[in-house]
Amino acid sequence: MQTTIGQVHATSILFFILFVAVTLGITYWAAKRTRTTKEFYAAGRSITGFQNGLALAGDYMSAASFLGIAGLVSTKGYDGLIYSVGWLVGWPIVMFLIAEPLRNLGKYTFADVVAYRLNQRPIRAAAAAGSLVTVLFYLIAQMVGAGTLIKLMFGLPYEVAIVVVGTLMIAYVLFGGMLATTWVQIIKAVLLLGGATLLVILTLSQFGFSYGELFGQAEKLYTAKFLEPGGLITSPLEAFSLGLALMFGTAGLPHILMRFYTVPDAKEARKSVFYATGFIGYFYILTVTIGFGAAVLVGQKIIMGIDKGGNMAAPLLAEALGGTAFLGFLAAVAFATILAVVAGLTLAGASALSHDLYVGVIRRGVSAEKEEVKVAKIATLCLGVAAILLGILFKGQNVAFMVGLAFAVACSANFPALLLSITWKKFTTKGAVASIYTGLVLAVSLIILSPTVWVDVFHAKEKAAVEKQIKDLETQSKPKIEALEEEGKTVEAAQEKAQLETKTKELKASMPKAIFPMKNPAVISMGAAFLIGILLSLAGREKEAEDKFEEEKLRTYVGIGAE
Amino acid sequence: MTEKTAHEIMEDADFKSLASQKNSISVVLAILELFLYFGFIALIAYNKPFLSSKLSGAITVGIPIAVGTIVLSWVLTGIYVRWANTKYDLLVRKIKEKVGG
Repeated sequence: MQTTIGQVHATSILFFILFVAVTLGITYWAAKRTRTTKEFYAAGRSITGFQNGLALAGDYMSAASFLGIAGLVSTKGYDGLIYSVGWLVGWPIVMFLIAEPLRNLGKYTFADVVAYRLNQRPIRAAAAAGSLVTVLFYLIAQMVGAGTLIKLMFGLPYEVAIVVVGTLMIAYVLFGGMLATTWVQIIKAVLLLGGATLLVILTLSQFGFSYGELFGQAEKLYTAKFLEPGGLITSPLEAFSLGLALMFGTAGLPHILMRFYTVPDAKEARKSVFYATGFIGYFYILTVTIGFGAAVLVGQKIIMGIDKGGNMAAPLLAEALGGTAFLGFLAAVAFATILAVVAGLTLAGASALSHDLYVGVIRRGVSAEKEEVKVAKIATLCLGVAAILLGILFKGQNVAFMVGLAFAVACSANFPALLLSITWKKFTTKGAVASIYTGLVLAVSLIILSPTVWVDVFHAKEKAAVEKQIKDLETQSKPKIEALEEEGKTVEAAQEKAQLETKTKELKASMPKAIFPMKNPAVISMGAAFLIGILLSLAGREKEAEDKFEEEKLRTYVGIGAE
Repeated sequence: MTEKTAHEIMEDADFKSLASQKNSISVVLAILELFLYFGFIALIAYNKPFLSSKLSGAITVGIPIAVGTIVLSWVLTGIYVRWANTKYDLLVRKIKEKVGG
């Protein structure tokens, strides 16, 4: 199959320009409605539950998850499906434990909730640190992914792609605030869901609209193993730890939590999670279908020939079924997706800098409305420029671990303090601050010491060198052993074999090892954050906080006094 | 609102029933979700042959189970919203009226 991926298409340019024109138009419209802090951070609380459901889904459905999961399914089959399930299961947790109390208690950031009855300054500083680290890792992963993807799809130079994405994103957030960011997100979510639906319809039409037929052909091409669980889960503890990070990390992502303040009340907040979960679940089912479709209709050889990770499976399938016009459309949608996600992240980071750090810590909670908006805009500009620079700095680096790291920090630093502050009367300032920093430091340092970073990033060269030595050794010895066996010298052959084995073992022992053995630290870092938070709170009472708990409880459940 | 009224509402039977209902439904549903997902993961870790057995044609048992986990997660959020939109909101309105009056 001939592919035109990597070339610049008239259709993709057309769709992309159309998208940019419409979104800049929206930004212009939103700019006139973005003067107060409530408007800048929370779109004036004017978004409906349904709209927010789409926007939340938009925040969560990144280009990396669309292209990545389709690619994983097309190359690994059922294991890709297992992986996609994990990304959905955090949403019910957000609904049952977090969404309504967060909406009722807070104003703009999740730190508002943690600091509700505790000592403002230390809490806000800690929560801002947790938010910023989460947002920055997520942002770097998205920016590097953006540059690479756009280069793959449009053939645009990496740096140019990064600057285009960064500049547009700054424009949305800086001028249009949350209102523009939300509508960009909604448009992108509709485009992505629509594009994926169309691709699935085209795919299934090739199989008489029968999943049985699709899976039957997949089995024929790649054997029954393709439809069975493979090597994704080897260690149950590792799988449990990853599961914890995905489930509770979603409930600690600042850019997701911030969205609950854009709706008028708790009722709309809960509705928005229901819609978001539905859209995201539907999206993953589509993406998995696309992955299997691409494996059958395009073939693994071609998919992996273009990109080893399989990231181009969905675009290749679109080209095969809908021609270059559809490929161009999908490429433009992927670009739009990246833009929308980085805009949401930047706004969340900016709110942590301005609302929590500047107003809450530096100005001790006293700041004029106008001043805060101005600071928020400066923070947006700084973060936007930082995102561009970081994107360029990390060019060609292995950043796949960074989204995992963002989830680990979110579930360890942000989630425990948030949950305890809502539900536990005796939670104290000391407990909260220690819990946040414990989760943050443990999550980051354990991931640095883990196999994903310590070995695969820091010692990648050594690892590759040892792997090469082992391979060389095998290619040298194997013919020797075979020759000896053919001559009937079984004793010598066995000796040679034993020698090869001991040498391989020695080499494997010299392989760089991770200091911390697990790939995902959530079970330890989140557990420690809860433990420290509880122990320190039990160690010293905070009367003022306990006294305010009744009022907080009333607001949590009934919404009296909610903003 | 003064401290005293907040305290009075807390002692109100309607508020107590509201808080305990909301807590139990949230906790029960969250635990169901945990069981759903970690049950799925446990099946993968400890019973691969079951997931690999054929359901019909090439389709393995694991495929509807994985898709079912996604769909059921959504259904759980639906159950919560349905409960909250009817029972919870009703109690909230009742309590708010008391505060207003």
